[in-house]
Amino acid sequence: MAFMPQLSRLPATRYSRSVAQVGAAEVELLEALREGQESAFTALVEEYHASIVRVARTYVSNRATAEEVAQETWLAVLNGLDRFEGRASLKTWIFRILANIAQTRAQRDSRSLPFSSLGDESSEPAVDPERFAPAGERWAGHWKSYPERWDTLPEERLVGDETRSRIEGAIERLPSIQRQVITLRDIEGWSAEEVCSALELSETNQRVLLHRARSKVRQALEAYLAQDYEC
Amino acid sequence: MLISEDLTCQELVELVTEYLEGTLRPKDRDRFEQHVVLCDGCAYYLDQMRTMIALTDSLTEESITPEARESLLHVFREWKGG
Repeated sequence: MAFMPQLSRLPATRYSRSVAQVGAAEVELLEALREGQESAFTALVEEYHASIVRVARTYVSNRATAEEVAQETWLAVLNGLDRFEGRASLKTWIFRILANIAQTRAQRDSRSLPFSSLGDESSEPAVDPERFAPAGERWAGHWKSYPERWDTLPEERLVGDETRSRIEGAIERLPSIQRQVITLRDIEGWSAEEVCSALELSETNQRVLLHRARSKVRQALEAYLAQDYEC
Repeated sequence: MLISEDLTCQELVELVTEYLEGTLRPKDRDRFEQHVVLCDGCAYYLDQMRTMIALTDSLTEESITPEARESLLHVFREWKGG
């Protein structure tokens, strides 16, 4: 199972570890949950709650609503335990429930955006066409001037809080569906298959959305980091 | 897609995600890599993209608040009791 490369970064809870390692442990965890063992529930909450809130936040307009959506999701998970058949992974199942609840909530709060569409017009260059030599010139389509090197920037600037908050800001400004894809892929560390399944996207659409999202975040970061060169 | 022999930088930047996802056909991947080896601009661009992805990956450190944990335990106990 392509299960959560980000696990290693999370606190080691006994349950989540074993869930990640063997499918059999997932069965055990489910069994414990159905029996009402609180430790099984808290292990699941520790593992997924922050992600759930973050994903909910891509649907609804504020943090408080996202927390409500998360809480509703957990209740739906508990109530649906007996219906869970293990065809999808537990994680995929939980996030599908979340997607349904969050979307309903977003529609009610009319922050809804066309869900399965690509979000905007089809041609959105990853890089401003002005950056390349125009057609007809000898080096048509090649860089007029190279992108800056980031590997020579001072480390503290590149990994500083300000850089991170610029990235968060850029993600926040993306069209909803692009934001969902990049959040799941690059923040939560999901696989492409998991994202396709949770958001009901084709492989190609998932990749196009990820490409646009990443390209825009890179642009935003480039604009911010370039300020160094001006002073 | 089939990449032409003379892949331009402007075309390459649109293929970066497919390259990183490993979905380019072997022949196209070779052309992509040959271009990057010869072109510093595209090498820097690819490096920027990788750096940005690594930085985005580091945004997850947030964890659950004690209040949220408490109220979820409440939900659980209610569920168990009901």
